[in-house]
Amino acid sequence: MMFTSLKRMIRSGFVGFWRNSFLSFSSIVVFSISLLVLGSLIFFNTLTTAFIAKVKDRVDVNIYFTLDAREESILEFKKTLEKMPEVSKVDYISREEAIASFTEKYKDNTPIIEGLKEIGYNPLPATLNVKTKEPSQYESIANLLENKDTLPKNISSIIEDDSYHKNKLIIDRLSRIIPLVERTGWVLSIALLIVALIITFNTIRLSIYSSKDEIAVMKLVGASNTYARGPFVVSGVMYGIVSGVIALVILAGLTYYVDLILVRFLSAYPGDVSGLKNLLFSYYVSHFIEILIVIIGSGVILGGASSYIAVRRYLNV
Amino acid sequence: MIYFDKVSKIYPDESVALNDVTFTVEPKEFITIVGHSGAGKSTLLKMLIAEEYPSAGSVFFESANIHRLRKKDMSKLRRRIGTVFQDFRLIPNKTAFENIAFAMEAAGRTDAEIQADVPHVLDLVDLGSKMWSFPHELSGGEKQRVAIARAIVNQPDIIVADEPTGNLDPINTYDIITILKKINGLGTTVLLTTHNKGVVENIGGRVITMEKGKMIRDDREGKYIL
Repeated sequence: MMFTSLKRMIRSGFVGFWRNSFLSFSSIVVFSISLLVLGSLIFFNTLTTAFIAKVKDRVDVNIYFTLDAREESILEFKKTLEKMPEVSKVDYISREEAIASFTEKYKDNTPIIEGLKEIGYNPLPATLNVKTKEPSQYESIANLLENKDTLPKNISSIIEDDSYHKNKLIIDRLSRIIPLVERTGWVLSIALLIVALIITFNTIRLSIYSSKDEIAVMKLVGASNTYARGPFVVSGVMYGIVSGVIALVILAGLTYYVDLILVRFLSAYPGDVSGLKNLLFSYYVSHFIEILIVIIGSGVILGGASSYIAVRRYLNV
Repeated sequence: MIYFDKVSKIYPDESVALNDVTFTVEPKEFITIVGHSGAGKSTLLKMLIAEEYPSAGSVFFESANIHRLRKKDMSKLRRRIGTVFQDFRLIPNKTAFENIAFAMEAAGRTDAEIQADVPHVLDLVDLGSKMWSFPHELSGGEKQRVAIARAIVNQPDIIVADEPTGNLDPINTYDIITILKKINGLGTTVLLTTHNKGVVENIGGRVITMEKGKMIRDDREGKYIL
């Protein structure tokens, strides 16, 4: 008996979906847009996260050592730095490596190469390149370097300089801007989601309002609340599934297209951007199952729950 | 079978639709309720299917007080009452067959019963050929015959028809009344409202006359007196 009425409700929901094709079409358009907003938010977050990671990666502090500093002392200091919880990565660049990359960089610039020969020795210091987990943590590294008393004697004597003060302005700005960007992203996402939710719910409400006489008739010929409501919930769930599929297809195209624009835009960006190539589309492909579940799942829940709630007020016959 | 006990209905704007109405319906009766528009005829019938609730008094179906039933029992009761409305109230996006089948589905009948009974009742109202037509493809008289088929398909104890001929021409009116008389002849109680003199005289059964919410006459072999 229960199985029979379930089967009938589903069939009736399907038939209603096709026969009210104009109503279904309008609902699906609105639904698809809402789900597209949801999907775009996922990718917007992916994009900002990747960009922020790139920007953070570009920020670092170089510690320069005196020309006569012994390599063992520098490597020992490197180990100390690596043990600090704020530090994510320390790279050692020896004097030889420094001069090699310098001459490589300026190999077409004769005056500089000539000047270098003129000096007769390698003027470049050995360097430790330090990266922290958050830009705001560079200050504690700088503090450590400046407070000569806390450093062992053999280390403090070989530190020549660090680049923190030169870059202080930009580091400070970044450590303020990045959380702001992240927070704005969240607020924007939530606001857009609420708007999409309200619009979708109201669309369903209007479509069910047009069936209120039908619901009354169902009740008057003896249908139970569940039996009168069932077909509408089934139709709502179908709106969710169809719109979800539409949104997924559009998202595939959209991510591919945005990637193309991004590549053109990034060609002007200095530094390594290979990680940002095909970022969105490859994220779409590699996370397809999760995205599918989120988009279609949201559609199904939104459609079913909206219908369930919207029918309720017309059941009191 | 049905007992109206001092039923009154006063709407929030203080208009009185029913005023202290008491009467009894016996099984297999064909009762016509007459009166001008606004006399309270429709309200009376709506009480019976609990589409309206009384301000005072009670309505009993057998021993059950209709307005005290729980939701689930209400649905069951409505399956024992076949309802026909002036404006037909068919479900617009269902065919004639599906409209009737819906009432059977709601009553929990099997698919085999539905396949067997629906064509049968449609033949009974002479609409076998329009089984797959949608309401908008049917004439007024045809829609009303579908509505009657829907009302009788669950073999109800009583048919309640609220001005079933109100929107129909004389020939269709005659057909509908003939069908209802046939159903009554098969043993189903019929309760019908009308303000059509011809209809009353055609039926010839018991006539209850309403005026301004009050029951002013109850004639065994009624005539249209207003």
